[in-house]
Amino acid sequence: MKRFLLAGLAGALVLAACGDDTPASSTPAAITLVAYDSFPTKDTPLNAALDAFTADTGIVVNIATAGDTGTMVTKAVLTAGNPEGDVMWGVDNTLLSAAIDGMVFAGEPTQVDFGDVCVNYDIAWFAERSVPPPTTMDDLLLPEYRDLLVVQNPATSSPGLAFLMATIAHTGEDSWQQYWTDLRANGVEVVDSWDSAYYERFSGAAGSAGEKPLVVSYGSSPPAEVVFADPPRDDAPTGVVESTCFRQIEYAGVLRGTKHPDEAAQLAAFLLSEAFQEELPLTLFVYPANPSVALPEVFTKFAVVPTNPFTFDPATIAANRQQWQDKWTEIVLR
Amino acid sequence: MVGLALFYLWPLATLFTRVLQPGSVSDALSAPGLGRVLWFTFWQALASTALTMVVGFAPAYLLARFRFRGRSTLLALVTVPFMLPTVVVGAAFLALLPASWHGTARAVIVAHVFFNIAVVVRLVGAMWAVLPTNLTAAARTLGATPAQVLRFVVLPLLQPALWAAATVVFLFTFTSFGAAKLLGGTANPTLEVEIARRATQLGDVDGAAVLSLLQLVILGAVVWWSSRWQRRASLHLAAGGAARMARARHERRFVAFAGMLTALVMLVPLVVLMSRSFRLGGGWSLNAWRTLGSSEVRPGVSLGVDPLASLLTSLNFAVVAALISVVIGGLAALAITSARRHGSLLDIGLMLPLGTSAVTIGLGMLITFDTAPFDWRARWWLIPLGHALVATPFVVRALLPVLRSIPADQRAAAATLGASPLLAWLAVDVRRTLRPLAASAGLAAAISLGEFGATTFLTRAGRETMPIAIARLLGRAGEIPRAQGFALATILLVASGLIIGLASGATRADWGARADGE
Repeated sequence: MKRFLLAGLAGALVLAACGDDTPASSTPAAITLVAYDSFPTKDTPLNAALDAFTADTGIVVNIATAGDTGTMVTKAVLTAGNPEGDVMWGVDNTLLSAAIDGMVFAGEPTQVDFGDVCVNYDIAWFAERSVPPPTTMDDLLLPEYRDLLVVQNPATSSPGLAFLMATIAHTGEDSWQQYWTDLRANGVEVVDSWDSAYYERFSGAAGSAGEKPLVVSYGSSPPAEVVFADPPRDDAPTGVVESTCFRQIEYAGVLRGTKHPDEAAQLAAFLLSEAFQEELPLTLFVYPANPSVALPEVFTKFAVVPTNPFTFDPATIAANRQQWQDKWTEIVLR
Repeated sequence: MVGLALFYLWPLATLFTRVLQPGSVSDALSAPGLGRVLWFTFWQALASTALTMVVGFAPAYLLARFRFRGRSTLLALVTVPFMLPTVVVGAAFLALLPASWHGTARAVIVAHVFFNIAVVVRLVGAMWAVLPTNLTAAARTLGATPAQVLRFVVLPLLQPALWAAATVVFLFTFTSFGAAKLLGGTANPTLEVEIARRATQLGDVDGAAVLSLLQLVILGAVVWWSSRWQRRASLHLAAGGAARMARARHERRFVAFAGMLTALVMLVPLVVLMSRSFRLGGGWSLNAWRTLGSSEVRPGVSLGVDPLASLLTSLNFAVVAALISVVIGGLAALAITSARRHGSLLDIGLMLPLGTSAVTIGLGMLITFDTAPFDWRARWWLIPLGHALVATPFVVRALLPVLRSIPADQRAAAATLGASPLLAWLAVDVRRTLRPLAASAGLAAAISLGEFGATTFLTRAGRETMPIAIARLLGRAGEIPRAQGFALATILLVASGLIIGLASGATRADWGARADGE
């Protein structure tokens, strides 16, 4: 097995080397898709779709994972013009401006998927106490929801930042600071990462030791709870507070400086095809950007796609992010 | 040496020259909140170091001075946490500590102590093991109480090792990333966390570079200052100590009590961690373990994380990293012993990668090795190489005392008996270093197995390493991936334990022996 792995590695290197040296000719080159850490490199239906692309076009697609999205974008900006790969997957709307200003892409990146960051609630917790779960952003300030919510630090966590932006979009640029002052007075708990919020503090996640019934997570977390439940279950233990959602959009594009622009363009187009997009929900737990793709049942049943999620355009986010984070830190952590 | 220059100094210099602009130093240093970050980083490191020294003292004595059943197991048990990725230990501590401790400095310090007891046990213990027993016996004969013996004989003699251990612990806790991020929560970022945040979340690479330079300067000063103290305190002693069975009743009691207490303190977080791989659906289940062999969690549903394949990847990397660090570390150790005066400079130089933030090294490599024929980005071997950078200082520490202890007259004797210089070197030096080399290779392999920081900042083609796979599994919603993450962490824990056990079985000269640096 080990020898096999080494042989595979050597093979990949040889392929990559061949790809580097071959000028655009009749044999398509091997190209590299740069992605964030949670993009699977092997064995998922998403990878099977990429293999089908290789079978059709002869273009071999290697996947390079570059860290979390922020790290990936930082690296792409540092290497702009002499990129680490040919196509990049997964720059979200909070970082898109940085990537564009850094002249990372050749041409316009396109939207490939989206998801929502929303307050999730523990259905059983509220049912046991006959308390209705909150339904609006302002409900979170009410005394009956005191000490129940756990959120992530927007300076260190991407869902944390999304929720901060949801509150800013909700209250307006002038009064969000008051909102957070009130939220703090109502006992909001702040942790550093999604993991610790969801698994250590939230009571609704299966197997969690937490005791807080409200958490900032994803609109697709309830179907994930169903899909990954053990023993299997057919109802979701958690729900989504629809009016608190912030829309995260992910983009992909050809990297400026690629040596294989034709192959890269073909791959970028394939990333939007139905064959690839229909595998997104159950692999990355995001929604396909291609509207003609049908969603799996567990998504239509348990996930929430809010009709009017909060959002900001990438330029607004880029211009204000640092200042929002600093202000927030002052209000909530000091 | 060339290795250090090529893969550490060059990338770092490239990064600094590329991103630093005239205004960036003053910009980064005048950023609001920096003072607070520095202050927290400093005092938590100081507190962690002090507490680790106190807590590690009894186990160090126990393991250095006594032979008892389960000694090597206990030694491995104390060492394993040091090798584990912080994400894993952090998750265990989150489960273990009361909720009111989450996100506090206390939690960070407790985890730091747990991580670094190994350093005290190894470094102080190694020196303690060779302290001549006749000195303490003489003091006792002259009427000193045990406390007086400790205060006036043992502690002064141990001073160089105490300084060395404190320095290493300070270095590790000052640059703490994973534990500080996971347990310290939002109110308590360390400098390292701030550097990573600037570089990866804000895209402020020049600010990050300034701060990482600042960190290097601070730590360089600390290491230099402490090595002066070490030298001042160092004594030349005839080795005269040996571990022995506990004889007197109070000794037997001490061995039993301290041994059990140490085992308990080390075991509890590890057991909590393991037990979580069996928690599913509110009950106990083996399903996480059963599904570990494939990446498919449910028919048609796959996260693309193949836990067992990541084990193989990690083992591969561990072998490569061990080879690299043994070669580099071995040569460095030879150079340090032969270059007597500048040796200590080299010694300090080799510690620097430990004090440099992983994100800076990663980004430096990215922009240094980016043009043919040096376009090495996303090459698989950059990852074991990064691991080797971290492991090399430990290899050097393991080899130095052995090389220094080889008396020149043995080589002379071999020559007199007709051996050529090469043969003499082979027969004397190589033969004597073979076992410590094997031991340090094991240590390097274990460090590589658990390395997380540098790996996350390097671009990877192909399979993930085990710590990365664990982080990905723990970072998903859903119960099975979570339990699988803990199952994989259990495997990592057992694997590092086995390697450490084998390595410490291979030799008794541990990686801190003669830690006085002279």
